[in-house]
Amino acid sequence: MKNWFRSGTPWIWLTGGAVALCLVMVIGVVGLIAVRGLSHFWPAPVIAVEIENLQTGEMRRVLGPISRTETVPAQVAADAGNYIPEDRLDTLVTRYLFRVGNRDQFGADFVWHTDLGMREFEYPAQVLELERREWGNFYGYPEALLVDGEEVLTADHPDFLPGLKDLVERSLVLHDDIRQIERGEVGEINRQMEQLRRELRRLDLNDVTGMARTEEEARVAAERARLDAEYDELRADLDELYASTRRDTLRMRMSDDRTVSIPLAQVVRVTQPNNMSVPAKMVEYMDRFWTFVTDEPREANTEGGIFPALFGTVTMVIVMSIMVTPFGVLAAIYLREYARQGPITRAVRISVYNLAGVPSIVFGVFGLGFFVYFLGGNIDQLFFPEALPRPTFGSPGLFWASLTLALLTLPVVIVSTEEGLARIPSTIRQGSLALGATKSETLWKVVVPLSTPAMMTGLILAIARAAGEVAPLMLVGVVKLAPSLPIDGNFPYIHLERQFMHLGFHIYDVGFQSPNVEAARPLVYATALVLILLIIVLNLTAISIRNHLREKYRSETD
Amino acid sequence: MTDNRTYTPRRAFVKAEELSKPREKLNLSREKIKLDVQDLRLQYGKDEALKGITLGIPEKRVTAFIGPSGCGKSTLLRCFNRMNDLVDICRIQGKILMDSQDIYGPNVDVAELRRQIGMVFQKPNPFPKSIYENVAYGLRLQGVNDRRTLDEVVENSLRGAALWDEVKDRLQDNAFGLSGGQQQRLVIARAIAIEPEVLLLDEPASALDPISTLKIEELINDLKTRYTIVIVTHNMQQAARVSDYTAFMYMGEMVEYGVTNDMFTNPKEKQTNDYITGRFG
Repeated sequence: MKNWFRSGTPWIWLTGGAVALCLVMVIGVVGLIAVRGLSHFWPAPVIAVEIENLQTGEMRRVLGPISRTETVPAQVAADAGNYIPEDRLDTLVTRYLFRVGNRDQFGADFVWHTDLGMREFEYPAQVLELERREWGNFYGYPEALLVDGEEVLTADHPDFLPGLKDLVERSLVLHDDIRQIERGEVGEINRQMEQLRRELRRLDLNDVTGMARTEEEARVAAERARLDAEYDELRADLDELYASTRRDTLRMRMSDDRTVSIPLAQVVRVTQPNNMSVPAKMVEYMDRFWTFVTDEPREANTEGGIFPALFGTVTMVIVMSIMVTPFGVLAAIYLREYARQGPITRAVRISVYNLAGVPSIVFGVFGLGFFVYFLGGNIDQLFFPEALPRPTFGSPGLFWASLTLALLTLPVVIVSTEEGLARIPSTIRQGSLALGATKSETLWKVVVPLSTPAMMTGLILAIARAAGEVAPLMLVGVVKLAPSLPIDGNFPYIHLERQFMHLGFHIYDVGFQSPNVEAARPLVYATALVLILLIIVLNLTAISIRNHLREKYRSETD
Repeated sequence: MTDNRTYTPRRAFVKAEELSKPREKLNLSREKIKLDVQDLRLQYGKDEALKGITLGIPEKRVTAFIGPSGCGKSTLLRCFNRMNDLVDICRIQGKILMDSQDIYGPNVDVAELRRQIGMVFQKPNPFPKSIYENVAYGLRLQGVNDRRTLDEVVENSLRGAALWDEVKDRLQDNAFGLSGGQQQRLVIARAIAIEPEVLLLDEPASALDPISTLKIEELINDLKTRYTIVIVTHNMQQAARVSDYTAFMYMGEMVEYGVTNDMFTNPKEKQTNDYITGRFG
C-alpha cells in the first residue's frame, strides 16, 4: 500500500478522475440540453383516445400528442384531483400529459389524464396539426375548405391537403407583404413625421419668430400633408390586403365533435403528423428548426422563433468586441511597455485584475447610472434636445449594454495582452533597436504583431463571458420583446440606441416569466442550445483567427 | 583552478597555424582609430562593471574581446551602440569617441548611432517575418519603400553574408524556417543592409555547430575589408583565427591589449598568460 502511494499511481487516478468527472458534467449538460431542445421540433404522432370517467361512466375523447409521461403513486394522482377508485389507491398509475391544443376553445391546452379507464391509443391519419399565430396549436379533423364562405374542397377530396397548403402559403405571403409595408414604408413615414415634429420643436427651442417661423411652419405643414396622403394610400393598400387574408377559412371538427371555423390568416403551418413518413418528418423537422432560428417570437415568446434574440446577442458581442479590443490592448501596452514599473503601476494592475472579480450585476448598476443616465442623458441634452422628454440615448440600449460588457471584459483582454507582451523575447526587441529603430517603431512593427495571438486569446475569453452574461444586461438595454432590430433598412440603418433582445435573457424570460409553462419548457432548452452553439461558433471563429496568426508569427519561443 | 599541485601547465591552447596569417606587420600605433574609449566607467546600481577602460578600436580591423564570464567584455561592447541605455539602473562615466565625436554627447540621436554601429547577438534573433522583410527591415525604418532599391539591397546584403545562394528561392518564407547558422548569417545580412560603419558581434557563433561557426568566421574575414568589427568571444581559438587585435579583460579592467599574434604567443601579463593557457577562466 505504501509502495503503491509512492509509485505515484494514486495521483494518476486522482487527476484522471478529475478530468473524467469534468467531461461527464460537460457532456451531461450539453447532452441534456441538446436532447430536450432538439426533440421539440420532431412532429410527434397525434393520439386519439377515449377515456372513461370511472366515477360517472361518461366517455370523453382526447386528441393530441403526448408531451410527457409519468408514473406516480395513485394517491398522488388522487390528491391532484383525479378520481381513483378506492381499491386502486395503493397502486401506481401512469399519467399522460396531452397537448390538446385549441386553447381558445378548451381553455387549457395541456391536460393530464391517468391511464385508468383509458382505451387503446389510435392514430387517425387525417388529423391536422395547425400552428396558429394566436392561441397555440389546434388539433382536429378537417372538414372543408371555404373561400369567401363557399365550400371549395371537402376533406375527403384527394387534393384537399395540397390545396390547403397552397392557400396557407398564400396567406403567409400576404402576411409578409403586410409586415413589409407596416415595418418598412409606414415605419419610414413615421420616422419622417417624427423628424417634422422635431423640426417644429426646434423652432420653439431656438425662439424663431416672424417670417422665418411662418415659412418653416408652412413647409412642415405641406410636408405633413404629403406624408398623410402617402399614409392614406398605404392604409388603403393594407386594408385591401387584410380583407384578402380574411377570404379563406378552414372548417375543423374537434375531438368533442364541435366544428370550428379557422381563418387561414391565423395559420402558420399545417401538418398531418400521423400521415408522414420518416423522411418527410425529417424535412419537417429541419424546417421547424430553421423557422425557430429565423422567425420572430409570438405569444409572449412561448411560440415562434428567437431570431431577434439571436441577432441582438450577435450584434451586442460584435459591438462589444470592437470597443473592448482597442481599449484593452492600448491599456496593456501602456502598462507593460511605457509605464514606470513602480508601486503605482502595480496598484493599477491589481485593480484591473480585481475588476474581473466584481459581480456582473454591479457593472449593470454602474452602466445604468453612468452610461445610460449620465452619458446618455447629456448626449440627449446636447444633440437631441428637440426629442426630449423622450430619450434617445438616455435610455437603456444596445450601445450602453455593449459598453457595460466591454468594461466587464476589459480585465481579461488587458491581462492576456500583457502576458503576450511579456512573452516576447527581449532579444527580438534588442535586434530591432540595434537596427536603429526607436522604441515605438520596435513596438508597432515587431512586438505588437507578435503578441496578436495573445490579444485574440483575450478576445476569445471576453466573447465567451459576454455572450453568456445576462444580469447586467437587464439593467442596460435588454428587453423581453423589442419592437425592432438594432440593424434594419430604415435610415440610419444601425440603431445602437435601441433596446434589443438577448438569448440569455430570453431563456430567463421564457423559463420563468411565461404564462404557459408547458409550452415554454422545450423552448427553454432549445434556446439554451442555440446560445451554446452561438458561443461555440463565435469562439471557433476567434480561435481559427488566432491559430492563423500564430502560424504567421510562429517563432521558436512558442 | 589555480591549484598547481595536480595541474601541469600546458602550452597555449592556440596552435601556431590558428593564428591570423602573418600579413603586413600589425602595429596599433599606426592604425586609424575608429572608436576611442577613454576611461570608461559603468555601474549597474552599486556594482562597478567597467572600471576605467581605455582603448582604441582600429578602423577596418577585427578586434576581439576575450576574458572570463562576467569580466565586462559584453558590457563594453554594448556601450558602443548604447544598448546599455535600456537598463534603467546603468550609469556611465567617461567617453567613447567615434571619429572624434562623443557618442554619449547631448546631441546624439541614439537611433542614428545604432544605424552606424550594427550589432549581432549571441542567439540568432530574426524577426517573425519573411527572410526578405528581415533584411529590408532597417531600410523600411528609414522610409525606403521602393521595391527595386529594396530588392537590390536585400540581394547584396544576403550575398555579403554568404547566404544568398541558400535562400534566393525562398525569400518570402518565414525566417524561422532557416537553420541556426543560416539565421545568424541572416541577422548579419540584416545588420549590413543599412551600411553601418562598425559591426559589433556578441559571441556570434556560441550557439552554432562547428560548420556554421566556420562559415561565420569566414564571413568575418570577408567583412573586415569594409567594416570595423568588434567581436566578443569565449572561444580563444576563434579570437586567434579571426582577429587582428585582442583585448583581454578581467574583472572589469583591461589587462592587456595588443596585436593578436603577439598576445597569444608572447603575453606580457601573467593573468593573460594564465587565461590563454587555460589556468583559469
